[in-house]
Amino acid sequence: MTRTKLSRRTFTGALLATSALSACAVQTAPAKAHVVVIGGGFGGATAAKFIRLEDPGIAVTLIEPKSEFVTCPFSNYVIAGFKQIGEITHNYNALTGTHGVRHVRDIAVAIDPATKTVRTGGGQSIRYDKLVVSPGIDIRWGAIEGYTEAAAEILPHAWQGGAQTLLLRRQLEAMPDGGVVALALPPNPYRCPPGPYERISVIAHYLKTTKPRSKILALDAKDAFSKQPLFQDGWNALYPGLIEWVPLNKDGRITQVIAGEKTLVSEFGQRHRAAVVNVVPPQFAGKIARDAGLANPDGGSAGWCPVDPITFESTRIKDIHVIGDASIAGAMPKSGFAANSQGKFVAKAIAAALNGRPAFAPVYANTCYSLLAPDYGISVADIYRATPQGIVAVQGAGGVSPRTPADAAQFRHLEATYTRGWYSSATREIWGA
Amino acid sequence: MRSAILTAAFAASLLAGFAAQAQQATPAAGPIPGSVLAATCSGCHGPKGHSVAEIPPINGRTEQQLLSALLDFKNDRRPATVMNRHAKGFSDEEFAAIAREISANWR
Ligand SMILES: Cc1cc2nc3c(=O)[nH]c(=O)nc-3n(C[C@H](O)[C@H](O)[C@H](O)COP(=O)(O)OP(=O)(O)OC[C@H]3O[C@@H](n4cnc5c(N)ncnc54)[C@H](O)[C@@H]3O)c2cc1C
Repeated sequence: MTRTKLSRRTFTGALLATSALSACAVQTAPAKAHVVVIGGGFGGATAAKFIRLEDPGIAVTLIEPKSEFVTCPFSNYVIAGFKQIGEITHNYNALTGTHGVRHVRDIAVAIDPATKTVRTGGGQSIRYDKLVVSPGIDIRWGAIEGYTEAAAEILPHAWQGGAQTLLLRRQLEAMPDGGVVALALPPNPYRCPPGPYERISVIAHYLKTTKPRSKILALDAKDAFSKQPLFQDGWNALYPGLIEWVPLNKDGRITQVIAGEKTLVSEFGQRHRAAVVNVVPPQFAGKIARDAGLANPDGGSAGWCPVDPITFESTRIKDIHVIGDASIAGAMPKSGFAANSQGKFVAKAIAAALNGRPAFAPVYANTCYSLLAPDYGISVADIYRATPQGIVAVQGAGGVSPRTPADAAQFRHLEATYTRGWYSSATREIWGA
Repeated sequence: MRSAILTAAFAASLLAGFAAQAQQATPAAGPIPGSVLAATCSGCHGPKGHSVAEIPPINGRTEQQLLSALLDFKNDRRPATVMNRHAKGFSDEEFAAIAREISANWR
């Protein structure tokens, strides 16, 4: 590391240049309030940007250790070899430069609701008026016996974007033709309900086109899954005989791994050894949310954070809003689309509260697109409203793609096109523009 | 139909007890403005409707064009993949507010 000493003149010049570049971002008047956002993923980066758009008088600090964010959406296509990791990597330049969000490149390690401060790993204490927590998921290490961080270096989960994505890609590339790819799939709830089945599909696409004697064995802790008939129709049409899916009631639940032997062990003791093993393990809310006491300590939803359906304010701690995968959002799935939708409405709720107004009732949306092949897309969509029972899907709206549309090839082609369209628009809304 | 749902909802909320209810925020009164409802559209159609990829952009359209497209999607009068499914989640009045907002402010 070399450090160049700046003369006073160049230093002032540099400051002027920066402020001229980000003229619209400069906060001239003292901010009326300070919002801190933990996590610069789908939920947090959306919230940070939209609070600034709602009210430029509110100062926003984003605490996120990474300088670049690799999305999980589209990471399955990197694993299958038809996207590059650079195409799914985004930075915070628009957030900081165009929108005037202060990015603290550090990890939040503690939240003190009494003094309304967040402490970071680097030792900073940052005070907030309102706090948004969007840390995504953590893996529940040990929930499957033997599945530790060290084991994940041999049996990747690839359920957080980045190094794990590339590890699974390399293993598939190195696998000889004729190998078996085994997947262990989690019970509900978990990040991205159709994600494992999209992964099975596009890995099948890779195998069919490059290693056609290979097979996929998917061992599931559930008896049913998202968009199941659409996935299974597609598998039969595109990859006949290539994919075997074993549900819970056929002893599909994996309870132990033996990493060194690349072996999965089922509930009733069956052993499955494979050339490549992908474990999608049970999950819970990111550590900071659990440590802060935002998550339910026990019961069926233990490890996830209960929130108000209108404001996403924690029902456990005042002035802290939890969004994205970490939250319990009623009927909304843990998806990037949903986190983006929540981020926009939480921004409105927080800006309203800081200006002494109630927020209007949000109308949330979700569409989870999945590709079964580069030119074969399916979707599930819903509109959601806040009710006294929480967030519910509007009856009569939403649903899955038709199973037998008039022109099926054209329909699947169009939905594959819109899958890419959604990704471009959403990531531009969150990290670009 | 709707009132039956609301009655059931109300009964369930009483059963759920006051502790949980006391915490739920009360939304602002009156119809939801177009600026709030339209926040949903940009998720796919891009910031201010400027879609850069394969999804049709929705900026620069007239109020009437937007409203009739939304109503046609809702009533299955226009071919669609997903818009027909989304559109059934909104009232006609909400669509009027969305069309007004986007035609006026999404440039
Ligand atoms: C394979 C796969 C495919 C998927 N495909 C889709 C798809 O096609 N469409 C879709 O809508 N969704 C998809 N998803 C789901 C989507 O990735 C998540 O739902 C979404 O990322 C959730 O957003 P979030 O803000 O909750 O968390 P994230 O986007 O994961 O962001 C969390 C951020 O918080 C940061 N963080 C965590 N802890 C701290 C801390 N203590 N201090 C500071 N920062 C912290 C992390 O570094 C991270 O950047 C997919 C997921 C997977 C695994």
